[in-house]
Amino acid sequence: MKKLIGLAAAGAMLVALAGCASEGGGAAAESGPKPLDELVVGFAQVGAESGWRTANTKDIQAAFEEAGIELKFSDAQQKQENQIKAIRSYIQQQVDVIAFSPVVETGWDAVLNEAKAAGIPVVLTDRAVDSKDESLYVSFLGSDFVKEGEKAGQWVLDEYADATEPVEIIQLEGTTGAAPAIDRAEGFAEVISENPNLEVVASQTGDFTRAGGKQVTEALLKSNPGVDLIYAHNDDMGLGAIEAIEAAGLKPGEDIKIVTVDAVKDGMQALADGKINFIVECSPLLGKQLIEIIKQINDGETPQKRIITEETTFTQEQAIEALPDRQY
Amino acid sequence: MSALLARIVAHRLFWPVVMLVVLLVINLVAFPGFFTISVRDGHLFGSLIDILRNGAPTLIIAVGMTLVIATRGIDLSVGAVAAISGAVACSIILGSPEPGSLATVAVAVTVALVISLVLGVWNGFLVAVIGIQPIIATLILMTAGRGVAMLITEGQILTVNSPPFKFLGSGFWFGVPIAVIIAAVVFGVAALVTRRTALGMFIESVGINPEASRQSGVRARGLLVVVYTFCAFCAAIAGLILTANTAAADANNTGLFIELDAILAVVIGGTSLAGGRYSLLGTLVGALVIQTLVTTVYTVGIPPIATMVFKAAVVTVVCLLQSPTTAEAFSGFRRRLAIRAGKGAAAS
Repeated sequence: MKKLIGLAAAGAMLVALAGCASEGGGAAAESGPKPLDELVVGFAQVGAESGWRTANTKDIQAAFEEAGIELKFSDAQQKQENQIKAIRSYIQQQVDVIAFSPVVETGWDAVLNEAKAAGIPVVLTDRAVDSKDESLYVSFLGSDFVKEGEKAGQWVLDEYADATEPVEIIQLEGTTGAAPAIDRAEGFAEVISENPNLEVVASQTGDFTRAGGKQVTEALLKSNPGVDLIYAHNDDMGLGAIEAIEAAGLKPGEDIKIVTVDAVKDGMQALADGKINFIVECSPLLGKQLIEIIKQINDGETPQKRIITEETTFTQEQAIEALPDRQY
Repeated sequence: MSALLARIVAHRLFWPVVMLVVLLVINLVAFPGFFTISVRDGHLFGSLIDILRNGAPTLIIAVGMTLVIATRGIDLSVGAVAAISGAVACSIILGSPEPGSLATVAVAVTVALVISLVLGVWNGFLVAVIGIQPIIATLILMTAGRGVAMLITEGQILTVNSPPFKFLGSGFWFGVPIAVIIAAVVFGVAALVTRRTALGMFIESVGINPEASRQSGVRARGLLVVVYTFCAFCAAIAGLILTANTAAADANNTGLFIELDAILAVVIGGTSLAGGRYSLLGTLVGALVIQTLVTTVYTVGIPPIATMVFKAAVVTVVCLLQSPTTAEAFSGFRRRLAIRAGKGAAAS
C-alpha cells in the first residue's frame, strides 16, 4: 500500500515537473497572474477526525472544482510528520500556493522556510501556527475562537440581564491545551465578568466528546444541584450533557439551559428540539474564502494577514429555519 | 486479633481496597451527599450508581484482559474492537427501515458480537499459531481497527434514534442500570467458568510455563485462541454499552485508551503482567478504583490541567504500596517493632 502511494506520488511529481519545464517557473508573484485553470494548489488536511473536519474537506474540494483550480489534496491522519512530508512534496512539485491546517501549533519553521525559499506562498486555514516569524505565511483564514466564546457569553449576559440571584454555570471545556478550548473559555469569562451574578461554579474537560460531556455533567450535576446553565465548548459535549440532564429527571433547555459552539447537524437538531438554547457557529465552510485568497495572491495582491471566517449564531427559531439545508 | 489484622494487611487486595475507601472518603468530604442514593423516575440515582455504571465497560474489558494477562499475554486491541462493534451496530441500525424495533437492535448487536469473535480469533491465531508476541500481534488490530471503524462510519459520528439500543447503555432493570447488570453477568460467568472448572488452572499454567503445560497435556494453543476471543467479545460488549450510552458511534473516541485503563485495573488488582496467578476479584476492585478516581476529579474540582498528574500520583501510590519490596519493608518494620517491644518488656 505504501509503495503504491509512493509510486503515485512519484508519478504526480514527474507530471508536475514536466509541466514546470514547459512553463518555466513556480511562484505566481514572479510570473504575473496565471489563468485559473493553470493554477495548482496543494492542500494538506489534518485528517478526518470529526464530522466538522469532513465537512471542511468536502467544502474545500467543492470550492476548487467550482473555481476550476487544480487541487492536490493530502490527508495527514492527525500526524505532523505526514503533513510536513505532504508540504515538502508540494514544494518539490512547485505548486502555486500551499494551504494547510496545522495539526499542532509548533514545529513548522523549517518546512515553512523551505516553502518561502522556493517562493511558494502559504495560507493557513482553520488553525494557526505559533511562530515568531510572521513572514512564513501570507494569510491565516479561520475562526476567532475568543470571539466565539464572547458571543456565547453575550447571550448568557443578555439572558440573565435581570437576574437578581447568582446564576450557577458549569463549563464543559474542550481538550486541555487545545487552542479552541483555551480561547473559548477566555472569551466567555471576559464577557460574563460584567455581571457579578454570573458565576462559573465548576469547569471540567469533556475532551470534545459526547461520552466525556455526559460523564462530567453527571458528576457535576450531583455536586452542584443548583446549576442553571451549561456552557459547552462544542456541540458534542452539549449533546452528552443533555443525556445526563435527562437521566437526572430534569429538562434540558428549560430546567438547565445549554449554550454550545460549532453548530453541526446533531447540535442544530437538538437546538431546534428545544434542548439546547443557543449555538455559536464555528463554520467549517472555508472553501469560498480560501479561493478568494488564492485569486488575490495570483493577481499579485497581498491578502489580509488575518481573515476571520464568516460566522453567525443560532437561536432555537433560527435553527428550525436553517436545519433543512444544513450540510454537515 | 493482631494475627488476623496481620493477615488482612498481608492480603494482596488490602492496599487497593484501602485506596478505594480513601477515594470514597475524599469524595464524601468534598461533597457530603456523595453516598446518597435516591430513587428518581423509578430508578436508582446517585454518585455511587454513576461510578458503577460508568465503570462497567472498563470492568467488562478488564475481565477479559485478566485472563489474557494470566496467559502471559496482553491485548492492546480492545479499544479498537469496542469502536468497531459500536460502529457496526450503529450503521446497521441506521441502515434499517425500522431503527426503533427490537428485532433490528437484536440483529445489530448479534452481528457486532459475531464480528468481535472473528477479530478475537484473529488475535489468538497471530499469538498462538503464528507465534507473534502478544503486544505486537494485538498492536496490529489496535491501529488498524480504529481505521476499520472509521471506514464503517465514513468518518462521521453516527447518531441513532433507537430506544431499545439506547436502553443498553442508559436503561434500567428493576431500578439497576443495565450496564451494571451486564457487567455483573460477564464477571459472574468468567468467575464461574474459570474457577469452578480446571480452566482457570490451565490458563495459569500456560502463563507460568507454556512448554511444560503443553507437555503435561494442556492444549495451550486452543486455550490461547479461546482466551483472546473471549477478550475481544468482552471488548465488543463494552463497545456496545459505550456507544449506546450516548446513542452515537464515534469511531475516533469510543473506547479510546480503554486498553490502558483495563490493564491498569488488572495490575491494581494484583495480577502480575508476567502471567500466572490471576484474581478476578482484584480486577473488580481495580476497575472501581479507576472509575472512582475519575469521579473524584470532577467532585473535588481538580483543574483539568492537573488531572493527569493527580491520577498518576494515585496510581503510583497504589503500585508502590503493592510492590513486594514495600511489603517486605513493612513486615521487616513490624518485626523490628516486635523485637523492640520484646526488649522493652525484658528491661522493665
